[in-house]
Amino acid sequence: MENDIGLWSVLIAVLGGAIRVGTPFIFVSLGECLTEKAGRINLGLEGNLIMGAMTGYAVSYLSGSPWLGVLAAGSSGCVLGILHALLCQNKQVNDIAVGIAMMLFATGIAFFYGKAFIQPSAPHLPSIGFGNWSSSPVIKAALDINVLFFLGVALAPAMAWFLRTTRWGNAVRVVGESSDAALSLGMNINRVRLLSTMAGGGLAGIGGSYLSLYYPGSWSEGLSSGQGLMAVALVIFARWNPMNCLYASLLFGGAAALGPALQSVGINWGYYLFNAAPYVLTLVIMIAASSAKGTVRGMPGEFVK
Amino acid sequence: MTEQPILEALSICKQFGDVRVLNNISLKLGRGTVHALLGENGAGKSTLVKCIMGYYRPDDGQLLFEGREAQIVSPEQATALGIGMVYQHFTLIPNMSIAENIVLSRPNLPAVINWPAEISQLEQRMGEMPFQFELRRSINSLSAGEKQKVEIIKQLLLNAKVLILDEPTSVLTPTEADEVLDKIYQLTRDGKLSVLIITHKFREVMKYADDVTVLRKGEYIGSAKVADVDPEKLAKMMVGEETLTQAPSRASHKNRRCVVQIDKLTVNNEQGLAAISNLDLELYAGEIIGIAGVSGNGQKQLTEVLGGQRAPLSGQLRVNGQAFGASRREMVEHQFYCLPEEPLRNACVANLSVADNIALRKFDSPAFTSMKWIVKRKAIRDFALDLIQQYKIRTAGPEQNIGALSGGNVQRAVLARELAQALSVLVVSNPCFGLDFKAVADIRARLLEARNQGTAVLLLSEDLDEILELSDRFFVISGGQLVYQTTPQEADLQTIGRYMGGH
Ligand SMILES: Nc1ncnc2c1ncn2[C@@H]1O[C@H](COP(=O)(O)OP(=O)(O)OP(=O)(O)O)[C@@H](O)[C@H]1O
Ligand SMILES: [Mg+2]
Repeated sequence: MENDIGLWSVLIAVLGGAIRVGTPFIFVSLGECLTEKAGRINLGLEGNLIMGAMTGYAVSYLSGSPWLGVLAAGSSGCVLGILHALLCQNKQVNDIAVGIAMMLFATGIAFFYGKAFIQPSAPHLPSIGFGNWSSSPVIKAALDINVLFFLGVALAPAMAWFLRTTRWGNAVRVVGESSDAALSLGMNINRVRLLSTMAGGGLAGIGGSYLSLYYPGSWSEGLSSGQGLMAVALVIFARWNPMNCLYASLLFGGAAALGPALQSVGINWGYYLFNAAPYVLTLVIMIAASSAKGTVRGMPGEFVK
Repeated sequence: MTEQPILEALSICKQFGDVRVLNNISLKLGRGTVHALLGENGAGKSTLVKCIMGYYRPDDGQLLFEGREAQIVSPEQATALGIGMVYQHFTLIPNMSIAENIVLSRPNLPAVINWPAEISQLEQRMGEMPFQFELRRSINSLSAGEKQKVEIIKQLLLNAKVLILDEPTSVLTPTEADEVLDKIYQLTRDGKLSVLIITHKFREVMKYADDVTVLRKGEYIGSAKVADVDPEKLAKMMVGEETLTQAPSRASHKNRRCVVQIDKLTVNNEQGLAAISNLDLELYAGEIIGIAGVSGNGQKQLTEVLGGQRAPLSGQLRVNGQAFGASRREMVEHQFYCLPEEPLRNACVANLSVADNIALRKFDSPAFTSMKWIVKRKAIRDFALDLIQQYKIRTAGPEQNIGALSGGNVQRAVLARELAQALSVLVVSNPCFGLDFKAVADIRARLLEARNQGTAVLLLSEDLDEILELSDRFFVISGGQLVYQTTPQEADLQTIGRYMGGH
């Protein structure tokens, strides 16, 4: 009986962790998915995430409204996305290199302006307590779910619908699948990519505000642990499908919650090992998804050339 | 025809950088006619039709559509007017279905697409189309010939009144070409469609076209009724007084030395299925061995293995008696070179200059480096300039990106690179694909020349006439196996046709 409760609370804690840790992944991976659908890779989303976390926290602190913070974080991500897209429009410029530069640039800026906000505490985003029926604090904590999570969950099918059925969404796909075809249809490739990268960057920024305004819930320089970069692997794993991005994000979140969940029931050995679970998962996925011959299924055609 | 032409281009001029590509070109397309546009590689044919489509903006000139001046600034607008074009290189989206490709090309697409309704509408109209397709099939699963047909019905379903075809038959077998052109021709007879077609094949011009216009090096040479001209006259209009390269006669070689031995070669394709199984082949010095066959029977994989672009599953490859892995060192050591099909994709770096591409084989050899490590740019440039002249490659200069050359000129540049050294083995795949007749004569002469010098040549070609003209003996490949061997002298076309068909 003792054991039973232990197992249950681990499961619930992992589920809760999947939601809590997975939420920023949902935003960043959907953002990356949209950008890549248009035929560009933005490795700078890690920078958008950190920048979003800082701006969101600062604006929430200064204005007193966490939602204004989210808005500001999204806007800062859009600006970074536009910058990335504009730089990539020049001939002889490589989107991967620009992404890395943008990541370092945005991180630097965020650390510089963020110094002032490390101490004060800003108002947090609200959450809904789905675990209030239970007396167990573990369950209560695990089922305390943030509103942004529901936004992310709604966003995935919305993006899938957008890409499949709207004119704009299909323009994104055409540009990402074949620039020759896009040109022959008279599409403005640069504009489509600019808008996609901007929107994708904005989503990553919102993901960042979640980090500072909800979980872990304060602004510091060590806030992100590479979520922005892992999102790139996640999109490959998700085969460029928004719904899969959602599931994959939750899987990553669950993996990250494994260590703390086990610790909460008193299993202490291998704590650091379990904490490495998401990174190990990333590697395993990359190896499993790779192929010596041919290309990965679902990959936008522009990357194959 | 005294009737008003449906489409008229007047004094079109176009310049890329300092290079004049079109100089005062005019053209009249009569309603319900087929109009052929002829010219050498790089004459400006594709550029002219792209100006008509609004893909490029002409620097000067005027377009009249149905008698009224039309300012076409984008292909979308051309489509909306009823002008459709099938480009020289496919513009279908490989990862999408036929239906998606057609619907997404529609101008004035609604903001939210109702896929079921769109597809059922297309299905209803499929009946009027000259070719039938299952609309849900993915473009990836189509052969080259099928893609060409889809490109055409896409334009018809978009209600094209004028259809521009840029070398539509270069990827088709002669039978397929006739099938496609027959259907198109029929559509023009009732006046609903007018066609402007670019081709290098005089046979097609004589059989299907009503009128013909000839360009040469960006200049307008003339237009005529096809009934009033013959291929000889057209050839003369295309190249002027220049003479064709004479093919050298075949030198006979006494001692037949075996240079390449392929033993039980098995190769898989991307899907992991056998593309070539247990293939044995020997190449001798001073001999052209032909491989005839319909495309997609393993030719591509064979060229890739020989060119080091694909690892075989099993089997042995020996050159001069030694095992050969197609590494760069081995290629230099055995003077083994390869010209794959679609050279721009398979053997060039599109974003590098013509000079760099021509020097790809050699830039690290002593003649082009000082102290082993430093590449001498000037040596590369001079080398390239020399070959550009020898092979008459039409470029703005050695610094131009090779991706901007016309299709035929890319082919020449790569061939120049491969032939520019002592050769003992040469593998070529469809070397004359998309070339004008003068370039064809030129390149065939060079291949025979190499053979006479003692090179072992393996010629893979979908053009049976080319095989019959060039090879000393040849095989038919079908389903990844060499199913028949004969010589051009003893060849019986019916037997060959049967083996090519896989029976
Ligand atoms: N985008 C471009 N930039 C610079 N030069 C170009 C560009 N497109 C074409 N050219 C040049 O214009 C000339 C005409 O090219 P075009 O493609 O119209 O020839 P073509 O008659 O269609 O030849 P082919 O039979 O080989 O297809 C060539 O010399 C080519 O190098
Ligand atoms: Mg052309």
